[in-house]
Amino acid sequence: MQASHSLHLSPRASWLKPGPLDWAYAVVVLIACAVAFWQYDHFMDVYEEAILAGSALGLIGLGWFWKDWRWYFPLSGLVSLAAIGIYDHELARAQEAFWLKYLLSSQSSIMWMCTLFVLATGMYWAGVLARSALLQKMGSGLTWAASVMGLAGLFTRWYESYLIGPDIGHIPVSNLYEVFVLFCLITALMYLYYEARFAARQMGAFVLLIISAAVAFIVWYAFDRQAHEIQPLIPALQSWWMKIHVPANFVGYGAFAIAAMLGIAELMVMRGWLADRLPSPEVLDEVMYKAIAIGFLFFTIATVLGAMWAADAWGGYWSWDPKETWALIVWLNYAAWLHVRLVKGWRGKPLAWWAVVGLFVTTFAFVGVNMFLSGLHSYGGL
Amino acid sequence: MSSKKRNTTLPYRLYELFSSMRFAIGLLTILAIASVIGTVLKQNEPYPNYAFEFGQFWFQFFELLGLYDVYHSGWFLTILAFLVLSTTLCIVRNGPGFVREMKGYREKASDTSLALMQHSCEVVGDADPAAVSRRLQGEGFSVREHRREDGSVVLAAKKGAANKLGYFFAHIAMVVICIGGLLDGNLPLKIAELAGRIVPETRDIPQSQVPAQSRLDTDNLSFRGNVTVGEGRSADVVFLNAGNGYLVQELPFIVTLKKFHVDYYSNGMPKLFASDLVVTDKATGKATEATIEVNKPLIVDGVAIYQASFGDGGSPLTLNAWNVARPDGKPVPIKGVSMASQPLRFGEQAFRLEFGELKVFNIEDIGETPGTADFGQKMKDVREVRKEKHVRNLGPSITYKLRDEQGQAREFHHYMAPIAQDGRQYLITGVRAEVGQPFQYLRLPLDEGMAVDRFMRLNAALANPALYDEIARRTAAQALSGGAISPELTRQFEDSVKWVLARFADGGFPALESFIDDKVPADKRQAIAQTYIKILQGTVPVVMDVADSQAGVAPTPVDEAKYRFLLDTLVASSALHELGAPVLLQLTGFEQVQASGLQLTRSPGKDLVYLGSLLLIIGIILMFYVREVRLWVVFHGARMRLAMTSNRHNRDLDRDFEHQHAALQQQVGASHAS
Ligand code: HEM
Repeated sequence: MQASHSLHLSPRASWLKPGPLDWAYAVVVLIACAVAFWQYDHFMDVYEEAILAGSALGLIGLGWFWKDWRWYFPLSGLVSLAAIGIYDHELARAQEAFWLKYLLSSQSSIMWMCTLFVLATGMYWAGVLARSALLQKMGSGLTWAASVMGLAGLFTRWYESYLIGPDIGHIPVSNLYEVFVLFCLITALMYLYYEARFAARQMGAFVLLIISAAVAFIVWYAFDRQAHEIQPLIPALQSWWMKIHVPANFVGYGAFAIAAMLGIAELMVMRGWLADRLPSPEVLDEVMYKAIAIGFLFFTIATVLGAMWAADAWGGYWSWDPKETWALIVWLNYAAWLHVRLVKGWRGKPLAWWAVVGLFVTTFAFVGVNMFLSGLHSYGGL
Repeated sequence: MSSKKRNTTLPYRLYELFSSMRFAIGLLTILAIASVIGTVLKQNEPYPNYAFEFGQFWFQFFELLGLYDVYHSGWFLTILAFLVLSTTLCIVRNGPGFVREMKGYREKASDTSLALMQHSCEVVGDADPAAVSRRLQGEGFSVREHRREDGSVVLAAKKGAANKLGYFFAHIAMVVICIGGLLDGNLPLKIAELAGRIVPETRDIPQSQVPAQSRLDTDNLSFRGNVTVGEGRSADVVFLNAGNGYLVQELPFIVTLKKFHVDYYSNGMPKLFASDLVVTDKATGKATEATIEVNKPLIVDGVAIYQASFGDGGSPLTLNAWNVARPDGKPVPIKGVSMASQPLRFGEQAFRLEFGELKVFNIEDIGETPGTADFGQKMKDVREVRKEKHVRNLGPSITYKLRDEQGQAREFHHYMAPIAQDGRQYLITGVRAEVGQPFQYLRLPLDEGMAVDRFMRLNAALANPALYDEIARRTAAQALSGGAISPELTRQFEDSVKWVLARFADGGFPALESFIDDKVPADKRQAIAQTYIKILQGTVPVVMDVADSQAGVAPTPVDEAKYRFLLDTLVASSALHELGAPVLLQLTGFEQVQASGLQLTRSPGKDLVYLGSLLLIIGIILMFYVREVRLWVVFHGARMRLAMTSNRHNRDLDRDFEHQHAALQQQVGASHAS
């Protein structure tokens, strides 16, 4: 049982030595959280207050650890604040005010996110095929832009839900539409981190493919099924647990999706396809491992949180409900993957294939269960 | 971990097998497959459903395998138990070695082995071991100095020993979680069931009559059961699902439901389920009052009480029973209670009237179907997070079954309030002969006062031969004055009216139709049918007048609306023949008594499971994110050897090695300068 991945680049972790910008960022986050607390405290229970405090610390830590976050997060917040300002407590303005209508209302933001992700996919592929660093850099820029629109869109949607009715307002992670947006966002952000850390932008061509697939689903789901409408929360979902359980799950799903796409890239390189245009198998292998490791950690946390929520909501921490059971199967799958890599020392082809197959298992747990199996967890039926 | 002498006794070989990773992975794979079965095959359904689905042979085979409750089957629990054993043995087997490794510095490593390491190099020059040691400690290493016999000094340093600790945390966690799970899986109960000391009850009998062999004492370690309590009622047992039947679990207290609350959003989605409870301890009489909600259980005496479902707790009802076989236009008032059954005599026929659920709200979505809008509209829709929901509340409804002496039942679904359709108001009742079928809905037209009485009166008059003469006479007179018939045809016309009325009273439109099909040549059928319909349409206004004047109601002129009412009356009157029952019940009042479905659990393993989960997460973090690094510097005088290993090779180690190399070289320089 051996493993390693240091969070630090040099012997001392750089994020333990914050610079002036880090402090400035921390102050911004603290002020934002203080304002949120002061404005909305009457909507929160003590657990939610704890979650807010925890988020403040987590966001500061994340910004210090990953420097790009220090501009990304405040920028997304500003975009969303602009939308909130223009709304001026009036939901109907979404169809009237120019900026809301074409850019800033949650649905417009999310549709922009979708568009930008698809453009980014094309740009990355053009960059890979033309061996153009510039095009790849533009792909990366588009991905960042899409991520800003996505996060801002979710924030704005959160606000809009309260405009519909104070009793209807809730964090937008409560149904399949919302979590698909979350999936795109988290996958893109994790990818952007690895891209910078390993200086391997070509990976984007693969990772953005799965994001584009999710985008296709979002667009179909919204246009054809009107799934984007904000629905109030049924009693089972009215809990602060949702705020942490669902996002934790999607860090897991996003990471597993990245790993699978890199698995495909690695298999291609090993066959000599595009080998001169893509990173080496070793690099792909390492990023794949890191993604699965962090995904596994978060998936474990999410499942434990889910169990604790279930103990409050359903009368038992484990009911062998199909979603729970499939979460366990996903978990066992990646646990086995990590074991053979770390204990038995497997590398390369078999693990790449396994990561790809893992995505099917994960996808079934994510959408398949909602479509084909019914149970306590039937909140996100198609 | 190679054993020096091969021990080949059977117990040792078993120990080796059980503690191997191969075995554990095998168990986990079986566990995963078994879990999949449990999600694909719906669990804990009533047994007849399975028998129906699979046929007798496979039904029994699957039952033998325990597939209807996989997660509580003996073999599944056995796998879990083996997993505990296997993981425990694995810890016992690897633990001591890991502890030794965590403690050790490997300061006795030989020059050759150090030279063979992947990250190893010579540094020319000499540095001060104490200074190097200080620097390493500053970087987080713990260092041990060893003086070899040949006089050279070895600094053996390490950091990240917690990585190995992660192994212990994560694997002990699995054992702790499984033990907690097994505790709550209630192994003792399963064993008692297997041994036949406890036998699930399969009959649907009152709780108090359930025999002792199907009852569980209050000291039962763990359970998870359900009970439904009506408002103002109490329960002191819960029912546990057990295979094909159930067990009765005694509670240490009495739960009383004072009031159940349910609240809806404007679109009809449920917003709140809550129960006001009083829990009274049986031994001490101490009472606890609390309100539980979904996500907010109450814990008393280690038993958690959850809001699980809700329903009708037996509401007193008042109804009008209309005789539709021999209608007299007057109802018989009766009383009943929902969710209960009672005898009902009707003429010489005896029925059992079985009431189902009273639903006070029936929210119906009447929104337009999506996918019909054009592109511009779609773009607008997709921007809109709030959609006006087109819903309406159909009001209270009741279901009931009317079972005859042969045991045949018809099921009815009746809405109490008038329901508007095409701008007119109806009283609506659905009927079906079999559970799986859709309801056939019957629409009885209502008069201006939203009452069904006028229709019933008309229906009775239509079926009353004593009135036919009068009706026929008046109809003919009208037809005559309108010039529709000639005076000499009056008699014949009157006969036709009477004949058509009699036929219609006999079996509605279908009776007329079958007569035409039997007696009229095919080419004339269309025309004859038209004539009959015309006669009926011409007659009903008269029927209404006659019926109204009989009942002492002032006649009203026939306008457009009244005429539509009359046509609806013909349709409804005809449809009553297909009711398949001599009586139609109309709900006139109720007093809602709700029931709350409670789930009660005692799970002593919960805290263990949570502790295990915490250990698991800490363990994973330590294993993945604490890097174990070892470093050696051997001081030979004029040259030094630097070597490093980590439990995993990656670029981090390359970078660390470069850093150490540079730092050491710098320290050579430093000692020269001084
Ligand atoms: C042991 C217990 C639980 C496990 C293992 C578990 C597992 C999961 C997993 C794997 C997801 C992934 C997201 C998805 O596929 O959509 C998920 C989503 C979700 N869970 Fe749970 N969960 C548990 C308990 C609960 C409870 C008790 C609730 C609420 C009553 C809940 C509410 C949700 C919601 C709202 C989502 C996302 C929405 C959606 O799927 O449409 N979970 N859960």
